[in-house]
Amino acid sequence: MTAKASMIEIARLRKRFGQLEVLKDINLQVEQGGVVALLGPSGSGKSTLLRCMNLLVHPDDGTIRVGETTFRFGRSMEQLKAKSLAAFRSRTGMVFQSFNLFPHMSVLGNVIEAPIHVKGLDRKIAIDQAMAQLEKVGLADRAAQMPDTLSGGQKQRVAIARALAMEPEVMLFDEVTSALDPELVGEVLQAIQKLAADGMTMVIVTHEIPFARDVADRVVFMRDGYVVEEGPAREVIDTPRMDATRTFLSHFHRVGDRTSTATP
Amino acid sequence: MYEWDFSILWGYRWLFLQGLGVTVAFTAATIAGGLTIGMTAAICLLSRFRILRGIALGFIEIFRCTPVLVQLIWCYYALPMIAGIEMTPITASLLALSCYGGSFYAEIIRGGIVSIDVGQSEAASALGMPPGLAMRRIILPQALRRMLPALMNQSILQFKNTSLVSVLAVPDLVYQGQIAAHDSFRPLETYTAVAVAYFAILFPLTLYVRSRERRLGAAR
Ligand SMILES: Nc1ncnc2c1ncn2[C@@H]1O[C@H](COP(=O)(O)OP(=O)(O)OP(=O)(O)O)[C@@H](O)[C@H]1O
Ligand SMILES: [Mg+2]
Repeated sequence: MTAKASMIEIARLRKRFGQLEVLKDINLQVEQGGVVALLGPSGSGKSTLLRCMNLLVHPDDGTIRVGETTFRFGRSMEQLKAKSLAAFRSRTGMVFQSFNLFPHMSVLGNVIEAPIHVKGLDRKIAIDQAMAQLEKVGLADRAAQMPDTLSGGQKQRVAIARALAMEPEVMLFDEVTSALDPELVGEVLQAIQKLAADGMTMVIVTHEIPFARDVADRVVFMRDGYVVEEGPAREVIDTPRMDATRTFLSHFHRVGDRTSTATP
Repeated sequence: MYEWDFSILWGYRWLFLQGLGVTVAFTAATIAGGLTIGMTAAICLLSRFRILRGIALGFIEIFRCTPVLVQLIWCYYALPMIAGIEMTPITASLLALSCYGGSFYAEIIRGGIVSIDVGQSEAASALGMPPGLAMRRIILPQALRRMLPALMNQSILQFKNTSLVSVLAVPDLVYQGQIAAHDSFRPLETYTAVAVAYFAILFPLTLYVRSRERRLGAAR
């Protein structure tokens, strides 16, 4: 084993929805502490791939390993037990575009819910840990508030704290700033950046190209269910090799400029 | 010209009160029974197993689409003959009314559950909550709040439906009214009194449901 073992390993992954083949032979590795940005046009399968990583979507074929746990799919697939699925998911944190906070619980209630009822943590300990997570995203003073009294950016930071409270090995982000007003994007990206600095393994689907360039160490570019290009973040974003990547990135002005100046 | 005389009612006050007690107790019991049956049927309707969905649907449609009076009579007279289950009029009434109410509750509960955004159950799953826990802690509390007005409307109907148990000689308010009417030869006065009693209980409840509906609408 190498010093930096891979935390996520995906091999020959396939998924179809009815007639539509959404993932076609995906192979991907994320090393421990690595931050991968998943880019690609709408409908290319980014969300589906991300949801496969915590089995919210069940692949048709291939293998997924996260940490120590491996799942094999295909004809010889063992029936997945609801219990082992749940246990597996509790070790991967996921943050959604639409926050999905539990509206009938306070901010603190949202964060302690899974630690208490899934992990069986003592309530007092759960609250202490939750407050520490809320502190990290700068929302400790909002613990008693209900979610619908928060701004979008605050909601998303609570969602991040809620996922972190389960102490996951991996964090998955699916366009977590796409539903936010522009002025609220920064605070959420900052929270993610902090996580990266702390060494959390992350896969981030985003349309914030400068952010991806900044925070990710690798970029995976997808189109039509394939990984088209993959490499160090700055290299792929500044000097994409594939036409598809170049075309996609040219829609983002800043990066388009960078690309044209970087090519001799 | 008919001479109204409501003063004769005073002599039957204890009879009426007893009847009212039976009616209220019956309503409470069949709401509890109906909610239990309705919740079970709703969960079955949403199950991934086809057989469960089929059974629940069959049950619901049978009880929704037949008159509750027939169900009462059927439970009391036909069940003992077919299945050999002997029941007192009270048990038969409780069973029939619970099933009848349950079939309506089931549709309300199912509708409430599916009206909750899928993002909620996805977030629960992503946190490692098994389906049952997610349903109990995340989905149902939100769904119940949303369907409370509809459940209360159905329960108001249930209150009135209990009047049918008088056909099995269960001594509810209507049955006691009948007795008072025959005894006093004053059916108009006694039945009017019975109606007033129902109204006095249900009208405030409907007002409450309506204000709740409005508040829920405003919160949306
Ligand atoms: N549950 C589903 N059932 C059927 N089709 C689906 C389902 N989920 C996704 N799809 C389809 O799969 C394709 C890929 O979807 P996916 O959400 O993975 O794309 P994406 O890259 O995340 O796009 P976007 O940038 O718009 O979020 C799309 O054509 C989508 O319509
Ligand atoms: Mg997507």
